[in-house]
Amino acid sequence: MDTVIDVSGLRKTFGSTAALAGIDLAARRGQVLGLLGPNGSGKTTTVRILATLLRPDAGRASVLGHDVLTDPRAVRSRIGLTGQYAAVDEALTGTNNLLLVGRLLDLPRSEARRRASELLDRFELTEAAGRRVRTYSGGMRRRLDLAASLIGRPDVLFLDEPTTGLDPRHRNEVWDSVRELAADGVTVLLTTQYLEEADQLADDLVVLDRGRVIAAGTPASLKSEVGGTRLHVRPLDRADLPLVTALVAELAPSAEQIVGSGGELVVTAADPALLYRVGARLDEAGVVVAELGLRLPSLDDVFLTLTGHRADSDGAGTEQPEAAA
Amino acid sequence: MTTTTQKSTTGTTTAGGTPGAAPPRWRLPSALRHGGTLAWRGLVKTVGSTEALIDVTLQPVIFLLLFVYVFGGAISGDSSTYLQFALPGVLVQTIVFASAGTGTALADDLKTGIFDRFRSMPISRTAPLLGAIGADLVRYLVSGVIMLVLGVVLGFRFSGGPVAVLAALGMVMALAFALCWVFTALAMVVREPRSVQGIGALIMLPITFGSNVFVPADTMPGWLRGFVEVNPVSKVADAARGLLTGGPVAAPATAGLLAAAVITAVFMPLAVVLYQRRT
Repeated sequence: MDTVIDVSGLRKTFGSTAALAGIDLAARRGQVLGLLGPNGSGKTTTVRILATLLRPDAGRASVLGHDVLTDPRAVRSRIGLTGQYAAVDEALTGTNNLLLVGRLLDLPRSEARRRASELLDRFELTEAAGRRVRTYSGGMRRRLDLAASLIGRPDVLFLDEPTTGLDPRHRNEVWDSVRELAADGVTVLLTTQYLEEADQLADDLVVLDRGRVIAAGTPASLKSEVGGTRLHVRPLDRADLPLVTALVAELAPSAEQIVGSGGELVVTAADPALLYRVGARLDEAGVVVAELGLRLPSLDDVFLTLTGHRADSDGAGTEQPEAAA
Repeated sequence: MTTTTQKSTTGTTTAGGTPGAAPPRWRLPSALRHGGTLAWRGLVKTVGSTEALIDVTLQPVIFLLLFVYVFGGAISGDSSTYLQFALPGVLVQTIVFASAGTGTALADDLKTGIFDRFRSMPISRTAPLLGAIGADLVRYLVSGVIMLVLGVVLGFRFSGGPVAVLAALGMVMALAFALCWVFTALAMVVREPRSVQGIGALIMLPITFGSNVFVPADTMPGWLRGFVEVNPVSKVADAARGLLTGGPVAAPATAGLLAAAVITAVFMPLAVVLYQRRT
């Protein structure tokens, strides 16, 4: 039983919009599979179908060999789900939330208590354990939510945008937990709009756009698909951009140029020697640059190249945590 | 004892993961067991929330005091005579009113993420519904007991014994149980908690005030009397009166229980189907 999550030809339509237009994906045991895409690309729909919360219109989906439609109960007994909205009860304390889940999973009372305090400890919630969740911060809720998903020691964990709205410190904690779980053999399906998160955690990535898989592979293979080293040039004054573009075109006539949203010129598949030549020419021309350097393509570049638009282009930008690293 | 859950190298489970791994001992069917756990959740929430606690305890007190002292003299000549007439009815009215709250609370709950968690767990699909209603039945019972105790404080005289009192409470609870399925079904269709509350009030007001709970039906116009006489709330109020203060019991109790059974038989399956379709 190597393939833990197996999805083929999955379709789902809401009214007249196709949320999923036929997607295929597979995850092996202990793998972190990242589903990457902007809002509305079908990530959450995929997770909800796999977690037996939603019925697909067509196609097949199975978890650990159990079909989500014909054997949902077997699927439910092996999975954990942490959704976009913290699925915890605001009116209960942290401890009681975890006890509730433990008792619903038929753990004996003492085992449920032990498991709850173990997980509260692991997610640094012991101090807040006796307080009602209503008083928790967003980060604490997320951590409690994740703890609740782990009570039953699931074999497969679905994390739907687990770090949306978290500050960098708590985001890193969630990342560490995901890595630990994967090391323990838990298969994780993670959805994210954050390219950095996908890069950090996922062994394999499936990039979704408008309900279709537009690319799949390891983060490294996706990056190499987009091309090697890139030259970034950002003039201090945006008005110099046409001049910079002309200079670079003169030095590297065959290179493809993209203008990024931050007012930077990106030259794909750049020859590293180009850096020095561009630097010298800019100096001669008296153009002051804010940024000049070589970079490996980021997943953001991957997305831009694959779809022609940026990953966070449709309104998700406000929730983006400050970029770390 | 259970086999302790060792963290195996593969991270698979023995306790939570596979339901069959539990030791072979008799247990409640899972819907009731999990429903019980979820009812516990509902009650912990009530005890933890001042607002909910006031709803359960203070509201019946205020109802009874207002009705007895505001209307008592006008309707029965003096408030202690009216208390004898009104207490059984106000008991029915309070608990029936509370059953509308079940729908509102459920609609509220369904909007939060926690139902997604329940639905993604290996528990019976109806357990969350049973849990919500189970917790509410306990709340109704507490309200009912508070009202009876207050009645005694105000000078209410029971003519039957403790069995009659329990039977009266049981009658009222049966009607509340039946009606809360109506409001649960309503919550599944309407979805918006405030609309559920609004429509709930539109149903509750005529069936509680359009009854013999507060005044005997004799002075009402004929068309209204017709409604009052077939209204299950009147039947249950009559039966409760018979049990608490003396009078005929068998006929109104039979009619009341029959009505409760019919309402439950129609709305319970409907509510469950609507609830499952929402997923």
